[in-house]
Amino acid sequence: MNAALVVIAAAAAMTLALGLAGRSGQDMSFEQWAIAGRGFGGLMTFMLMAGETYTAFTFLDASGWAYGRGAPAYCLLASGAIACMFSYWLLPPIWRYAKQQRLISQPHFFSRKYASPGLGGLVALVGALALFPSIVLQLKGLGVIVSVATGGALGAGPAIWIGAATASVYVIVSGARGVAWNAAVKDCLIFAVVAFLGLYLPARYYGGLGDMFRAIDVAKPDFLAFKPSGSSVLWFQSTVTLTALGFFMWPQAFSAAFAARDARAFRRNAALLPLYQLIVLFAFFCGFAAIQQVPGLAGPEIDQALLRLSLKTFDPWFVGVIGAAGALTALTPAAFLILCVTTLLANDVLRGLYPDVAERKVALFARSLTPAIALFAVYFALWGGRTIAALLLMGYSFVTQLFPATACSLMRKNPMTKQGAAAGIVVGVAAVAYVTLTHSTFVSLMPFLPAQAADVNVGFAALILNALAAAVVSLATRAAKRAAPAPPRGAARPAR
Amino acid sequence: MRFAPWFAVAPALAILGGVAFVNRVEPLVLGMPLVLAWIVGWVAIGAGAMAVLYARDPANASDATKRDRGER
Repeated sequence: MNAALVVIAAAAAMTLALGLAGRSGQDMSFEQWAIAGRGFGGLMTFMLMAGETYTAFTFLDASGWAYGRGAPAYCLLASGAIACMFSYWLLPPIWRYAKQQRLISQPHFFSRKYASPGLGGLVALVGALALFPSIVLQLKGLGVIVSVATGGALGAGPAIWIGAATASVYVIVSGARGVAWNAAVKDCLIFAVVAFLGLYLPARYYGGLGDMFRAIDVAKPDFLAFKPSGSSVLWFQSTVTLTALGFFMWPQAFSAAFAARDARAFRRNAALLPLYQLIVLFAFFCGFAAIQQVPGLAGPEIDQALLRLSLKTFDPWFVGVIGAAGALTALTPAAFLILCVTTLLANDVLRGLYPDVAERKVALFARSLTPAIALFAVYFALWGGRTIAALLLMGYSFVTQLFPATACSLMRKNPMTKQGAAAGIVVGVAAVAYVTLTHSTFVSLMPFLPAQAADVNVGFAALILNALAAAVVSLATRAAKRAAPAPPRGAARPAR
Repeated sequence: MRFAPWFAVAPALAILGGVAFVNRVEPLVLGMPLVLAWIVGWVAIGAGAMAVLYARDPANASDATKRDRGER
């Protein structure tokens, strides 16, 4: 038996034990299960939010991007940090409203703010469409990590099955509390491992960071800075801005925020999360170190750069530790995402269809849905083809379309009507699908623009159309209401 | 706190706008390419600024806790 496999198996067992222990004496009402009864203090909120924003992606893709793409990877670091700073003002009002209205999920927030369960359903649909591919991605990442780290002793397929089963068992039993305990352990482990690797690998193979970057710069000029066109400075600026806008629009970000005990936790996190973001920097160092040591990885294989270099460098047992850290960064977010999707479907879709359903039944429905969602995700992780890859590309852009309606709903007097919000979201999502599938750029959409404009992230086109549609429809519905004899109160203005 | 938003806006603008002027590899700063070091530096400054804001914002004083807990 392989030493790496032993370490990873021990980590999986610990995950399950921690996840089950998270329940510890709590009676599991639906609110307890989905958002831990709004009981998490500052540290737990930090762990949950940090844990859900830094996933298998941090581990594999950040190093993979540095390895395969160079400078464009920097935008991963910048956008997260900027978004976290602005969360100082974004999250407290969202949390306060959620607390007053006893909200459970993100669509719940929209349906209450805009007094429209229909809008809540639409947001739930957008959220599920974006979340599901992310679950699949985490499971796929898990498969890659385990199979590479164990040298194939445990294949990707069985790893995915075991991982999905572990996650669904503890999600069913402990809900958000089980996830939070695992997030805490995982964060410490991954931080230690990535920081060590990020400092050790450049020192070992190049003698130091500076020498490593100099060697790369000589071998690949232009790789470490932004290019004059294509992945240019303009591309960086637009992509970072767009990504920062979408950062907290994910359903799981709302869920993590709802689990907090007070709003101060978010303000403190606004200082801590950007620093925590620097973990991505160490992942970059690993990826850069791999460029000349394990050359030749291309396409989706670039994500294996960190693991391949570790295999080449360390004893199997330490590769097992790295693999275990990686496996946890895939598994914990997967569990939380599964929790979010089932909450969305039970709380917003089921309740939307049958408003009188008892809370006990909603909770039961959510829990029984958990293994079904997990199975579905396993199916796509193992046999999913092109569709899932396309959806994945769009997921982030999809949730970004919720930003205008969220921002307007936080104003003292919301200028957006429910019809406007719905129109904006529908137009935005359709535009995202169109530009992604046709590979449009700003210049191909509007040929009169200068050639430089092709570098602006095309996601802005969708966001602009979204805002335009929302503004036009909001003005129209407002005018129509003023013309009507007795305007019904509260439809346009959210209940405060 | 009238100027509070600037604590976040300034570092964000420095990252986004500044990259156009420091888009170079040499000189290396702390071993990192200049453009990467610029981003990392402003992330750290931004985190520091948010910590100062957190300490000075009256909303975080202990008597503001009630409002923070969503009680009116």
